[in-house]
Amino acid sequence: MVDWLVIQFHTQLGFSIVLLLVVIPAVLTGVGYSTYFERKVSAWLQDRHGPNRAGPLGLLQPVADGVKFLLKEDFMPAGADRPLYILAPMLSMGIAMLGLAVIPWGGSYQPAGLAEPLQVQVAGLDIGLLYLLAVGALGVYGVVLAGWSSNNKYAFYGGLRAAAQMVSYEIPLGLSILVIVLASGQLRLENIVEQQTALWWGFLPQWNIFLHPVSFIIMFTCVLAETNRAPFDLAECEQELVGGFHTEYNAMKWAMFFLGEYTHMIVGSAFMVCLFFGGWHVPGLAAEQTTLWGVLLQLAVMGAKISIFIFVFMWIRWTLPRFRFDQLMRLCWKGLLPVSLALALVVVVELFFNVPRSYWSLIGEVGVVAVALVAVSLFRIPVTGRQWYLPDLDNRTPLRGGSV
Amino acid sequence: MIKPEDIIRIGPPQLDGVGRMYFGEIARGLGITLGHLFKKKKTVQYPEEERPLRVQNYRGVHRLNRDPDERVACVSCFMCSTACPAHCIHIEAGESPWPDREKYPVKFEIDELRCIYCGMCEEACPVDAIELTTEFDIVGLTREEMVFDKEKLLEVYDQTKQVKPRKNPKITGYSYTGKPQQ
Repeated sequence: MVDWLVIQFHTQLGFSIVLLLVVIPAVLTGVGYSTYFERKVSAWLQDRHGPNRAGPLGLLQPVADGVKFLLKEDFMPAGADRPLYILAPMLSMGIAMLGLAVIPWGGSYQPAGLAEPLQVQVAGLDIGLLYLLAVGALGVYGVVLAGWSSNNKYAFYGGLRAAAQMVSYEIPLGLSILVIVLASGQLRLENIVEQQTALWWGFLPQWNIFLHPVSFIIMFTCVLAETNRAPFDLAECEQELVGGFHTEYNAMKWAMFFLGEYTHMIVGSAFMVCLFFGGWHVPGLAAEQTTLWGVLLQLAVMGAKISIFIFVFMWIRWTLPRFRFDQLMRLCWKGLLPVSLALALVVVVELFFNVPRSYWSLIGEVGVVAVALVAVSLFRIPVTGRQWYLPDLDNRTPLRGGSV
Repeated sequence: MIKPEDIIRIGPPQLDGVGRMYFGEIARGLGITLGHLFKKKKTVQYPEEERPLRVQNYRGVHRLNRDPDERVACVSCFMCSTACPAHCIHIEAGESPWPDREKYPVKFEIDELRCIYCGMCEEACPVDAIELTTEFDIVGLTREEMVFDKEKLLEVYDQTKQVKPRKNPKITGYSYTGKPQQ
């Protein structure tokens, strides 16, 4: 048994198991500190200090929160659908963590004496990208089940909203990913990353963001919506729905939703980093590093890129107000969907002329935006804001003594 | 009479095509919040650092002033308890043992939990006997403990007279012990 394990350690399977044992605690710690960081960022953006009492700089705050959640009384509303009520937070957290399996964290590692390099990736699936999409789409189950099983109308509304929102934003998300899939001709995430490690003119990395900036913006918007983050956090909109789908949850079950949301954020960020920002690619280094230190450096760079994304998520959350639900739907169906369809079409045309991943990509993307701008301003298509078929607002308030 | 043409009509600002894509406005908003990230924090870290309070204006715990002869300055006129919107001042008047006034408070109690710290009592007092201090961090284990009686209120005066000395108004002309009035 021990012999077998030792042997396995030098194979991809053993390495994957070890990696899994490293990645899950690392991501969970990252999730814990994301909650801390979220509170810090919100404080900084509001000229406050944020948590700074538990431990140095408040760094023990996640631990204190965790202990609090575990020790709290765990109760269930009367009339709740018990199995589903318990299942929902598990699904929310578990499904979010499934995505970690296919993220290429640090390229490949070539130990001395091994013929084949080990992939620093838990599972190198041929359809890694599709798997990630599928798992991401499953994430809505936790929210919907929570809303349904709570026996609370606010939670139910929250679940409904989440379902409608996620189903809608899946489409532009898939289309913007399709752009990258078509342009790179790959479905394996590690191959897509590897493709981006080449350099232009010797210094500019061939990251997809430089070729497909508009696709990136669409994907980023959709990931915000998929992770239920502001300004798309309609499912847990306090002003309208108390707590939304997690109104009736407390203690560790509530914390599971919270952790699930942040895990989802980390997976979504890693996904975007892989597709658009060269994954583990270190800017300045042309080739992949397969030595131990090289892999560690690439892991660190991957972590840094994900952290920057997480910061941007938080930055946006504490800046932008929440959408109204009809605006949210309109933005998706009238705004993002046509543009992302047009972008996919442009990539297909580029493939036809056999010029994918060239400056034509950038020209195509900019062209689509220009056409969209012209269409929006010429034909007055209100993607957001007041719709054309509604009567003009008369905001005049009759003053006392006046006649209107 | 306001004429119809005087009424200014204010509607929602109309955005042009580019504006309706919101990118500029979103970028501007993000820029503003990013600027705040590096600004000086406004929080006062309370137990370690304290904000300077304006002694003459701050409305904290009450005190009952002593006159220059160390007697309670209150003359039991009931002006404060009448002015009090929270009805938290309870006074029992008795005949004054001193010749320079008719009444003095036998009992003077303020329920500090009921008080809303509006300062009306201080405004109403004709002899400046009741004043609000800068003390605000008072605690107690029971509600009864938080009803401050006359001795407690005089004690507050003894503790805060260095920070906020009594103004010693001349309206009452205290002269019992023959000490010269300040």
